[in-house]
Amino acid sequence: MSPSIMTKGAIDCDIHPSVPNIEALLPYFNDHWRDTISQRGVHDLQTIAYPKNAPLTARPDWRPKLGMPAADANTISTQALDTFQTSIAICNCLYGVQLLMSEDLAAAFASAVNDWMIAELLNKDPRLRASIVIPTQNSEMAVAEIERVASDPRFVSILMLVMDEKPLGRRSYWPIYAAAQRHNMPICVHAGSAYKHPVTSVGWPSYYAEDYASQAPAFHNMVSSFICEGVFSEYPDLKVVLAESGFSWLPAHLWRLTKFWRGLRAEIPWVDRTPTEIARDHIRLTLQPVDAPPTSEQLERLMDHMGSDEMIIFSTDYPHWQFDGVDVIPDGISKELARKIMVENPKNTYPRLQ
Amino acid sequence: MNIQLMDRVATDQKIKLAIADCDIHPTPKSVPVEIYPYLSKRWQDYMETYGIIYRQGFPTGPAFPKGQPNAARRDAYPPGGGKPGSDLDFMRSQHLDPNNVQLGILNPLSCGQGVQNQDFSAAYCNAVNHWQIAEWTSKESRLKASLMVPYEDPSASVKEIDLWGGDSNFAQILLLSRTAEPLGQRKYWPIFEAACRANLPVAVHAFGYGGAPVTGGGWPSFYIEEMVGHAENTQSLLTSMVFEGVFERFPTLKLILVEAGFAWLPALSWRLDKLWNRMRAEIPHVTRPPSELIRQHVWLTTQPMEEPEPREHLLDTIEWIGWEKLLFATDYPHWDFDEPSRALPIRVGKEQKEAFFLKNALELYNLN
Repeated sequence: MSPSIMTKGAIDCDIHPSVPNIEALLPYFNDHWRDTISQRGVHDLQTIAYPKNAPLTARPDWRPKLGMPAADANTISTQALDTFQTSIAICNCLYGVQLLMSEDLAAAFASAVNDWMIAELLNKDPRLRASIVIPTQNSEMAVAEIERVASDPRFVSILMLVMDEKPLGRRSYWPIYAAAQRHNMPICVHAGSAYKHPVTSVGWPSYYAEDYASQAPAFHNMVSSFICEGVFSEYPDLKVVLAESGFSWLPAHLWRLTKFWRGLRAEIPWVDRTPTEIARDHIRLTLQPVDAPPTSEQLERLMDHMGSDEMIIFSTDYPHWQFDGVDVIPDGISKELARKIMVENPKNTYPRLQ
Repeated sequence: MNIQLMDRVATDQKIKLAIADCDIHPTPKSVPVEIYPYLSKRWQDYMETYGIIYRQGFPTGPAFPKGQPNAARRDAYPPGGGKPGSDLDFMRSQHLDPNNVQLGILNPLSCGQGVQNQDFSAAYCNAVNHWQIAEWTSKESRLKASLMVPYEDPSASVKEIDLWGGDSNFAQILLLSRTAEPLGQRKYWPIFEAACRANLPVAVHAFGYGGAPVTGGGWPSFYIEEMVGHAENTQSLLTSMVFEGVFERFPTLKLILVEAGFAWLPALSWRLDKLWNRMRAEIPHVTRPPSELIRQHVWLTTQPMEEPEPREHLLDTIEWIGWEKLLFATDYPHWDFDEPSRALPIRVGKEQKEAFFLKNALELYNLN
């Protein structure tokens, strides 16, 4: 990529601040939970989705000598925003709230993480925005957390993990989607698992590389789930952002889903047009990681298969190591498309950024 | 409810290519009549007492009711009675003859694989191997059998492979995709070793009951999600085989992925290449890019063919996979049958068309 393809004022839809350690969250718990954390020795909620020293977890030049990467506003501002001349960046805080078994503990942690983000990130750099962390274990509690912080316009979406206890289209999650639509926020479905089930449909893999590879099939499953359950028929204004999902798999998946819809649509009569059309209207995908074909000519063909230039939204996936330097836009993306990806598409995806 | 059958218009025989159908599903007319002769008294009694117990709750049918009874074409019920796929003469007159099938690969489903009782699974697979020869391949030379193995018990599987190795009735070893553990894990390696020894490809057909939910995020609501999900399931098993180093450990292994679609393969290969580059230190036993290993070792059957609009997009995808890697299949007698005359409605060259419909299969199965 030539740096000239970068557009000033890009909106980065997926960056990852780290909670530095559990002590940093303590001010945001009430006495009961603070006591619980110290008396029961509740550990830090970093997860196996991003092992601390795995190469993917932090790019070498974004990895601090000590502690977690991207753990304070100053570091994030310098490394993620200034470097890419980003006007706005959305923080998707990946902290293992969704993995907890206790709904109550999860709700307390979600609130603490959101309050920590307000104090330590959003209040410190006006370019930062965030997705609301919710306890997906219990939709009622999740909605309560959304209602608690949604009046702050710097929260622009709602964060869920692609692998939760149930496929994300299931009806028990719908109160969350109703709240999202009510507050003009998309749902951000991010790579990761609550690890309530094996990450693959054939059981637990041996290697971290497989865990990360298996995120893509999980995104396919969840696209099927959102569409087949009729989430977008019930919530016609809702958009779902797939973050850190890759996007090169999308056309083939929609071909398959649409073929089966033709044969089996009697099972899901509320899906009244092709899954491909529904996806183009409601699904958005972040740019990084680009699981790109070997040649730029192939990428151009793939973009043609996508059938829409509105679905991809810019992301660096900072501090994860997906690319080097400022090489964030792959060859094969035209200048015109790059501009759409970096500014227009994100604005059209997040009503709160308009 | 009225069930209406559409007439299938026969295409002019003269313009029809000979085809290989790499996914045909035969079913016993009656288990007591056709399978019991090959089962010991002990297992006949067991079957009568407990039936077949899988890793799913209903003994009488799937928890996701299928799109059609027995997942079958409504017009595939033999006029003389019995289930679709249970009558060789009717299969000939409805499918093999009019569609000019020169080679048909039999893939028996619900025939002893994935059964929880391992000894019963082994006995049943062995019986079905005898049955395929007695009722099908000995009567119809266009058909080849699949060597059924009780894959959750690799040592019993190896015994079964060694028993039949070299028997030309069998074209491949058959597994189902929903294994109890990812298929690349070392538990299953003896099966791959025996397959190489017997010089037989390993075919993995979608479906089965491994115990884990169909998605990494739990059980979906609908049959359509389960059906579409077989592609994701197959991607996970292929990822496991690549990253566990199976293709490097068994350099002559040939893997056929059956009834899981194919258009997803390029994007998966690109993703695995990228991860391999980033995380080679974790998987040093994988010494070549995943896309190369896949290109060398993996074939895919075509049904259910993806149907993009415009259809020409599929040409890009097939080129990225390689025309030589696809094996035509109809899935007869199942409801989602791909009609040979309509399956590839894109203008392609004669050579590619012949490879796609027939030659790739003849070459892979050494039947030239």
